[in-house]
This record gives sequence, C-alpha cells and structure tokens, in this order.
Amino acid sequence: MFKKAQTLFDKIWSSHIVKDIPGGRQVIYIDNHFIHEVTSPQAFAGMKKRGIDVFRKHQTLATADHNVPTKDQHLPIKEALSKKQVDTLVQNCKDFEVELYGLGHQRQGIVHVIGPELGITQPGKTIVCGDSHTSTHGAFGNIAFGIGTSQVEQVLSTQCLILSKPKRMRITVNGQLQKGVTAKDIILYLNAQLTVGGCTGYFVEYAGSAITSLSMEGRMTICNMSIEMGARGGMIAPDEKTIDYLRGKPAVPTGEQFEKLVNHWKKFYTDADAVFDKDVSFNAEDIAPMVTYGTNPGMGMSISDLIPNGESESFAESLKYMDYKSGESLEGKAIQHVFIGSCTNSRIEDLRLVANFVKGKTKSQSVNVLIVPGSKQVEAQAKAEGLDKIFEAAGFELRQPGCSACLGMNEDKVPAGEYCISTSNRNFEGRQGPGARTILASPLMAAAAAIEGKIVDIRKYLN
Amino acid sequence: MEKVINLTSSAVPLPMEDIDTDQIIPARFLKGISKDGFGKNLFRDWRYTKGEEKAKNFVLNNPTYSGQILVAGRNFGCGSSREHAAWALADYGFKVVVSSFFADIFKENALNNGILPITVSHDQLAAIFSQIEKDPHSQFSVDLPNQSFYNDQGLHISFEVDAYKKECLLNGYDDIDYLLNLKEDIIAYEKKQLV
Ligand code: SF4
Repeated sequence: MFKKAQTLFDKIWSSHIVKDIPGGRQVIYIDNHFIHEVTSPQAFAGMKKRGIDVFRKHQTLATADHNVPTKDQHLPIKEALSKKQVDTLVQNCKDFEVELYGLGHQRQGIVHVIGPELGITQPGKTIVCGDSHTSTHGAFGNIAFGIGTSQVEQVLSTQCLILSKPKRMRITVNGQLQKGVTAKDIILYLNAQLTVGGCTGYFVEYAGSAITSLSMEGRMTICNMSIEMGARGGMIAPDEKTIDYLRGKPAVPTGEQFEKLVNHWKKFYTDADAVFDKDVSFNAEDIAPMVTYGTNPGMGMSISDLIPNGESESFAESLKYMDYKSGESLEGKAIQHVFIGSCTNSRIEDLRLVANFVKGKTKSQSVNVLIVPGSKQVEAQAKAEGLDKIFEAAGFELRQPGCSACLGMNEDKVPAGEYCISTSNRNFEGRQGPGARTILASPLMAAAAAIEGKIVDIRKYLN
Repeated sequence: MEKVINLTSSAVPLPMEDIDTDQIIPARFLKGISKDGFGKNLFRDWRYTKGEEKAKNFVLNNPTYSGQILVAGRNFGCGSSREHAAWALADYGFKVVVSSFFADIFKENALNNGILPITVSHDQLAAIFSQIEKDPHSQFSVDLPNQSFYNDQGLHISFEVDAYKKECLLNGYDDIDYLLNLKEDIIAYEKKQLV
C-alpha cells in the first residue's frame, strides 16, 4: 500500500487524496465530521440557500456543547439567543437528517470527548469539526483538525476539503515523568518551549516513551493543545492501548470485522527512516508541574520558576492584565475559582484523579469549584463510581456536560478581575468572561489549589 | 463571495502580537445564526470599557485612523477556529489584513470570506507601522493580480498568495462551487475505498 519511507501523517493523507488541483492544493476526502450549535448554523443556511443536501449523512454527527447550560439541562434554555442557537441545530439536524446527540441525550457531550468515547474516532481516518481542538482525536493516530464554517459547509455538501498539505513535525519526549507531573504538564511545557506560534504550518506527531506510556486520555490531552502552538493538528501512532480503548465501543464492529479493522489500523505508523520537516526532542525529567502566568498558553512555567522578563509591549500588557509582575512566583497566589472541565481535561480519568486527591478534604472557603464532565457518559460513570459523593463532601460542584467556563458562552463565567485556575486550554484575555484572569494547569494542580485557596506545588502534597 | 482585486486605502495599526480570535470576537457574541452583524462586536473588549463606553485609547475609537486595511502584529488570528472572526472583520469593513505571520485556520477563514491576508517580513511590517505613525493618512495599495502591496512613499512588497485561492478571490467563487463540480471524482474515490 505504501511505497517509500513515509510518516504516519503522509500515509493517511495520501490515502485520502481525491484529486490534485492546479496550483498545488489537493481535494481531500473527510471520513468523519462532527458539528455543534455554534459553528454550523451559517453552513446549513448556506446550503439551504444553494438548495443542496448533506452528501453523506451518516458521516456527520451533531451534538450541543458550546452554548448549553450546565445546570437543569432538562428545562428550556433561559437565555433567548442561546436557546435559538441550540433550537436551530435541532431543526437543521431534522431538516437534513443528521444524527444529533442533543441536550438530554445520554450520549451528549463535548464533541471531542464523545467522538473517542463512541469509537467513531479511529486510526487512519480524516476527521474534522468546526472547532480548533479537533486535534484531540489525533491521539488515535488519525488526521484530525479544526475548520471554519465555510469549510463545514463544504464537508456537509461534498465530504471533501480543498487543502494544501502542511509540513510535518515530530516532537519526541523521552523518559520518565516525575511524581505529580501529568500529560497536561507535558503539553503546557511544550507550549512554553515552542511558543504560541511555534508550530504554525506544521502537523505534529508526538513520539517517545513519555508519550507512549500515557493512557489514551492523557494522549488526548496532549493532542488537544497542539493548536495552542499553532499546529494544524497533532497525532500519536496507534498501538495496543489504542486498540484496547476502542474494543467494544458503540461504533466499533466486533468479531472478525474487528480483527480486520485492527489489521488496517496497524498500517499506520511512521517508518523508521521517514524524514520530518522539523524534528525536536525533550526530556520528560525536565518537566515539572506547570502553570501559566500570562494571557496565551505559551506563557507557562514550572510552578517552582519565577515569572520571566519579556520585552514586547504584548508581554507587558499581558502581565498587566493578570496583575502579575516579572520575578514573582505563582506559588501562594490566591485564586477565587477552580474550573475542572473542557475537552482537555474532563474525561473520567481526570475526574478520578481529582476525586482521589480530594477524598476526605474540603475546599477552601474562599473559592468556588466547578467540575464539568465532558459527556453524559463521563457523568454517569463518575456517579456509578461514587465520585459525585466525594466531590459533594469536598464542596466541589459537579455540573452537567458542556464546554462551560472553558469559553464562557453560557452563564458559567469568571467575574472581572478574579482569578481562576483552570484545566482548560486557553488563558486568553476574557476567555472565561470579560476581565477574567485564567491560570492553566493540570487537574491535580487545580484540585490542590481548590483545597488551599491559593496556587500550590502539588509535589509537596504527594508522598 | 465578493470579488477582491485592487484597492487603495489608509490603514489601521494594531501592533499587538498574538492577537487571538477571542479578542477579535469574544465567545459571548457568537450566538448569532447568520453571518451578519458581528462587526459591532469586533475587538469588543478592547473597544469598550466595562461600562460599555468607548475605550479612549483603542485605535478603532481614534478618528485619526481609518481604512479598509488592518495592519497587525505577528501571529494574528491564533486560537479558535471561529469564522466569526473573519465575519466581524469583513462586517466592520476590513478587506485586507497585513501581518508578519498568520495563524493557519484564520488565514483560510479570511480567504473564504473575501478578506486578503498579506504576509510581510518582520522589517517590512515595522516599516509599514512607522509610515502610519508618521502620517496616519498614508495610503497603501493592494494589487492582487500582480501580488503587490505598495505606496508612493517607497514601499514595494510582493506577497505570496495560494494560486487556487487567488483565482477564487479574483473571480468571486468559492470552494463549494469547485467541489460540487467534482462529485463524480468523489464518488469514484469512495468506490475505490470499498474494494
Ligand atoms: S471545551 Fe473549550 S476548547 Fe473544548 S471544544 Fe469546548 S469550547 Fe472548545
């Protein structure tokens, strides 16, 4: 099937070319398309205007996640504009016969959490969604990336996109992670090392023992934040863990068909002598629990470091917004909010990690703690395991699934000027609400901060 | 889509780096279901103070600066894939964005909405900023067919643009028009996968 030495990316890309077009772009076939309420209405409106139907209905799946309340989801949405947007999705899915896991559905959830959970996300595929964190799915060894609404319309209408092939980059992390260091810390570390635009134009493959030793959940956290370095997407070659994770999932066949599929998946890896346009490596031993101090995800540091000096006007503005100063430590800084959720860290493993840490402890009086599970299935699993009881006893509020305070489209916002330690992926100005100040960290670091009411070094709490 | 060919205009300078799409249009304004009306919330949290008054220091509120060209610091449009960012810029009246670096998805979104992203070198960007600083009414011209960005004060930049996207901009057609004509190829591709 594949001739000369190829990267994982090349293998998938080349098997999805429908046509080369003049000028160097290629028509690429898209296997799976996820849609949600915020970036799809204008695409459907465009199709209605042109009078075209969805080309491959079964390759599209819709959910409501970005703009939904995380409380009382059984009641009508109060805010009129949000209600209209969610209702529009319901109507469009009905009109175009697209499957919808809407509010109240037992499979509803954040689009990048439900795809893998249902087993739709598989190795070797091309997957898109009108959301930049579509890169999450790449943890299963596929080409997954975010697209704009015009492109959503293209995929709905033709199951194809007209793309120029990105360059290939490999990021290798070898070695053993220190105690208290998680997948989130690896990716925040890479964000800080490679900066916010450091991978623009590239599609990244993650490799190395520190990556392959991660669970599928951890791998998803890594791939999720590829976009924060400007990468088009991130991917990790499938292995036994990938196969084990997918076995038995609703969208995955069983028996002989499964074995056939596994044989197909096994073709997707980077050949030993394949060449990348850029190849960088890091040591896992150098990575400590991370926090961000500024207003982009690349402005991160180890919890034991001091805020660096920066020369640009943007750097100064950023620290001013956060009300932090160069030379300061974040350890001991007060926070008022803790958000555990988002497509980066809202899977069952994240919730277990948090529950395990907070069991028998109670949150500080001065903080609000919100835990928002990534999906109905995560929510149900958490309840089945009794995690909800642990959270309740600790004073953590377990909500219903959605994007929530990750982007503050619904009412889950951080008030102006207040600090939130968040397991999400973006600390942009106003991301969690106008004037909100966000510190990105791992679920463990967020849980410890919730207990103490201030930012602490998780390593001091682990024996 | 509207055709983009040539234009001459003054420019609005925004030298901040890493301007993300959450700044261009904050999430709470993404609730619309049409493409219209996003311009009034372009750079919302920089443009207005908490009390919803116009922020005095922000360039869009400064009558000295105007025009259809936005000149921004490096890595413009990073972050979210929201095409609303491109719609907001277009709705406000920008037709061209100049920077030394654009985030991938933003660039594609801009091109899909008849906004031309022009990438210039770091030094060229600095020169453009300084010309605007010296004279806020400095005029700049864009010639898409010849891929040239220039003015009569000595600026002459030839810029790159994807050949296919250039055709689309010049003729005002989009990817869907193109793809719909390829249905047979697409079906043939699908059939091939089945065997
Ligand atoms: S959780 Fe946040 S980053 Fe993830 S899809 Fe939702 S809004 Fe986007």
